Amino acid sequence: MSRPPAIELRALRRNFGKTEIIRGTDLKVNAGERVAIIGPNGAGKSTLFNLISGRLAPSSGGVLLHGQPIDGRKPYEINRLGLARSFQVSNLFAGLSVFENIRCAVLWPLGYRYAFWKFLSDLRDANERTDEVLRLIGLTKRREVLAANLTYAEQRALEIGITIAGGANVVLLDEPTAGMSRSETTRFVQLIREVTVGKTLLMVEHDMSVVFGLADRVAVLVYGEVIAFDTPDAVRADARVREAYLGVPVAGH
Amino acid sequence: MDASTVAISLLNGVSYGLLLFMLSSGLTLIFSMMGVLNFAHASFYMLGAYFGYMVAHQVGFWWGLLLAPLLVGLVGAGFERYCLRKVHKFGHVPELLVTFGLSYVLLELVQLIWGRGAMDFGPPPALQGPLFTLIDSSRDGLGAVIGQAAPALCKSAVAELTLRCTQFPAMRGFMMAMALLMLASVWLLLTRTRIGLVIQAALTHPQVVESLGHNVPRVFMLVFGGGAALAGLAGVIGGSAFVTEPGMAAAVGSISFVVVVVGGMGSLAGAFLASLLIGVLQTFAVAIDASLLSVFQALGVTLTPQSPGYPLWKLTLSQVAPILPYLLLVLMLVLRPKGLLGTREG
Amino acid sequence: MQPALRFKPHDFWRGALWSAYALVLTVAPLIFKSSLALTMLSQIGIAIIACLAFNMLFGQGGMLSFGHAVYSGLGSFFAIHTLRLVSEGAWSLPVSLVPLAGGLAGMGVAVLLGYVTTRKAGTTFAMITLGIGELVWAMSLMFPGFFGGEGGVTGNRVVGQPVWGVSFGPQIQLYYLIALYTFGATALMFAFTRTPLGRMLNAVRDNPERVEFVGYSTQRVRYLAFIASGLFSGIAGGLAALNFEIVTAETVGAARSGAYLLFTFLGGATFFFGPIIGAVLMVVATVLLSDLTKAWLLYLGLGFLFMVMYAPGGVASLVMMNLRVAAYGKLRALWTSYLALAATALVALCGTAAMIEMVYHLQLDAALGNELRFMGTTLNVKALDSWFGAAFVALTGAGLFEVSRRRFAREWGRVQSEIQRLMRQGEGRP
Repeated sequence: MSRPPAIELRALRRNFGKTEIIRGTDLKVNAGERVAIIGPNGAGKSTLFNLISGRLAPSSGGVLLHGQPIDGRKPYEINRLGLARSFQVSNLFAGLSVFENIRCAVLWPLGYRYAFWKFLSDLRDANERTDEVLRLIGLTKRREVLAANLTYAEQRALEIGITIAGGANVVLLDEPTAGMSRSETTRFVQLIREVTVGKTLLMVEHDMSVVFGLADRVAVLVYGEVIAFDTPDAVRADARVREAYLGVPVAGH
Repeated sequence: MDASTVAISLLNGVSYGLLLFMLSSGLTLIFSMMGVLNFAHASFYMLGAYFGYMVAHQVGFWWGLLLAPLLVGLVGAGFERYCLRKVHKFGHVPELLVTFGLSYVLLELVQLIWGRGAMDFGPPPALQGPLFTLIDSSRDGLGAVIGQAAPALCKSAVAELTLRCTQFPAMRGFMMAMALLMLASVWLLLTRTRIGLVIQAALTHPQVVESLGHNVPRVFMLVFGGGAALAGLAGVIGGSAFVTEPGMAAAVGSISFVVVVVGGMGSLAGAFLASLLIGVLQTFAVAIDASLLSVFQALGVTLTPQSPGYPLWKLTLSQVAPILPYLLLVLMLVLRPKGLLGTREG
Repeated sequence: MQPALRFKPHDFWRGALWSAYALVLTVAPLIFKSSLALTMLSQIGIAIIACLAFNMLFGQGGMLSFGHAVYSGLGSFFAIHTLRLVSEGAWSLPVSLVPLAGGLAGMGVAVLLGYVTTRKAGTTFAMITLGIGELVWAMSLMFPGFFGGEGGVTGNRVVGQPVWGVSFGPQIQLYYLIALYTFGATALMFAFTRTPLGRMLNAVRDNPERVEFVGYSTQRVRYLAFIASGLFSGIAGGLAALNFEIVTAETVGAARSGAYLLFTFLGGATFFFGPIIGAVLMVVATVLLSDLTKAWLLYLGLGFLFMVMYAPGGVASLVMMNLRVAAYGKLRALWTSYLALAATALVALCGTAAMIEMVYHLQLDAALGNELRFMGTTLNVKALDSWFGAAFVALTGAGLFEVSRRRFAREWGRVQSEIQRLMRQGEGRP
């Protein structure tokens, strides 16, 4: 009995006014797979993420999570079903410390909901899990620092930390290594590899070394359509992909 | 209510709505352009009335109409330059708070300088009296006369003929004309002139506009001052048509916010619709003395003071009139949170 | 293996602060014995609860409410009606629990109105609260049966026989009831900030969008906080009903709502204890300052404007910043600058105040003649030299203030860089 794909997009469309950004995308990401989405600027990669994570509702078509339709649902509903995402521009809780930032992300999955009758300091599992995540992302020393006072790379690390802290089994990362130096990127790729063991990962990336280092399969998004979805090597050799990136026309056009 | 009363009430409602629009349009423009909801906008309205009164008493109403908005615009621009700009970096809430503080200060200053009583500020001689008079005759139906109707046309000398005259004040007509004129000029300014295009661009992409060489902070100062001037203009007209006293800011301030929210934050057309709606609604409601009691009576149910909820049923529509805009606000928020024609979220 | 009990120096200071708070509440009326002081202390206690409840929304949740008097005011009205029913014998409820009836009413109204109000955020939320505040105030004139019309609703807090000698007739007895409620409410609201809901409320303030992506409904968090705030506002209102034994329509009015906002902000919204400072300022200003000068609202408005522009964190943030400076041992370097700042500010203030007072005298007290006493000297509103003198003092003071402000800013900047450097050294960073 095969499991339904972790994420499935069916004829997904999204318009902004008269402009079609996503024009009928189909995609199936299997559970446990690591998929990178690449494409030229303006292809609609972030819009796609927004459609999957509930930040935007599709104009038509469906999004399914483990076989369950989630299009049009609120972000928190989707998150509770086990999908978490990070943001291209760090979307942190600026006034809270690093520790608090992570702790906020573990409260709901641990079932604490809107409790006002328990003290945070007494929540052993939440605090331990938070410390564990801090160790994973390497921010233990910066525990009490306000998120607004972190360096750029630390903020990106915290961004990923918030995303995976809740233990979601489908993780969406939007350009996690954007703006990083080579050494920082290498460290990050290792981090991402560690924290997404056994999970489904969907990642938007521009850095090809990251893509080829991490991804099992690569989807190429151009003008709102997936023009190729295959292993990294196959995509690298695909003529249509080359045309999209380099503008070299394929014979016969 | 007969036809002439309905007609005049409608016109009164529309004129009041247009005055509200003159006030709310500045508020909406400032909010659209700068993201700041100007809590002191009604205070600029009040300042306009007082400045108008001051100038009118020296050199006449028409000079007041011209100069008062300019003075208020200067005050607004100065405030933007020296206070609001400093707070801009702290976010929208401190911006709102600084305008809130300004409203307190302006109110106290006005009371300090002119006292707490009402000022003697009325329409100029040219605008006193009625614009036209509707004559309701039981024999001839509805007729109209420009200006004041002769006494003979209003008082019936014969028993079988009933005559009733209702007047539409010229000041109200002027109010409507000014509001429409103002709307047209603002629209033309924004869409047809170079500065208007810069303003429109700075609305959504201030950094890009700045990097193109335009002085965006100056544009903001202009917009804020312009919005204040519009409020001041409304103040001169409203102050002379109705009353000029320190309480006028509070009276009209909260309604203008209702207009902005009901119309949809950031939508000028929505503010227009909402102002007219509220203006007409309130004017008619004030004139109607019916209550739910009469409705019950028509259904054959008699209620006594002991019946449950009696205080609610015996309220007449005219008593309820002051809260109608706020009820509309709550209703709108429940049924259609983004307002009539809302574009921007708060 | 974690020890069962961890005692950190941090906890010691916290315990000491709470004990000090309880001590101040208990001992204050014994130090300030006059009846004016007692009324003020009672009002301060009530104001502390009200401002802390307001700040639950504002400082902790980022929700700016322009109509918060609705919840405390309706709490007052419900409490006073409950008190009347208790006096008539229709209900048997100890008078000391009447404020809880006010709290329940405040909570109930928040449940009703909060759902609609918290659907939107930011500026729209502020406008909604303004509209609802106006709605309730306008309704207060329509239902004289409940709101008591022009004269309001009166009650008597002395009901039946004294229990253990306590009848709540004397103000001092009521003060200790208020002090008990104040301490309890403060403790509960502080505890709230350390719960999951309290922390998520802070998260909603900082980034309402991200909250949704970690599994929480932003609107639900706001709604629940709104209800909690309504509960405590209602309790404050109930205590006010007992204190004044009369409730009028202005308790739900815009002036009261504005006062909550103004003074909570002045006290400092970003720290938990800020509203406590704000509450003290509120009572001192409305009771003492208003007697001192007729221009007190103008001074208040100007003070508020300056605070928003130069110290948006309020008095509390100023205190905390200076505490930090003191902790690094740098306060000594600043004291001369502070002195200069204070002195020049005082001079400028005197000059400006003299002019404002003279204008007010012209406006309101003209019947009393041309002279008024101001700070030990006599000013003549018709004499030019009084005006020139005042203007000169004001302008000189302002000029000198600007000079000392610049010097202070330089000194402050230097101290802050020093502190940053020391902090980085402490963390082992270059």
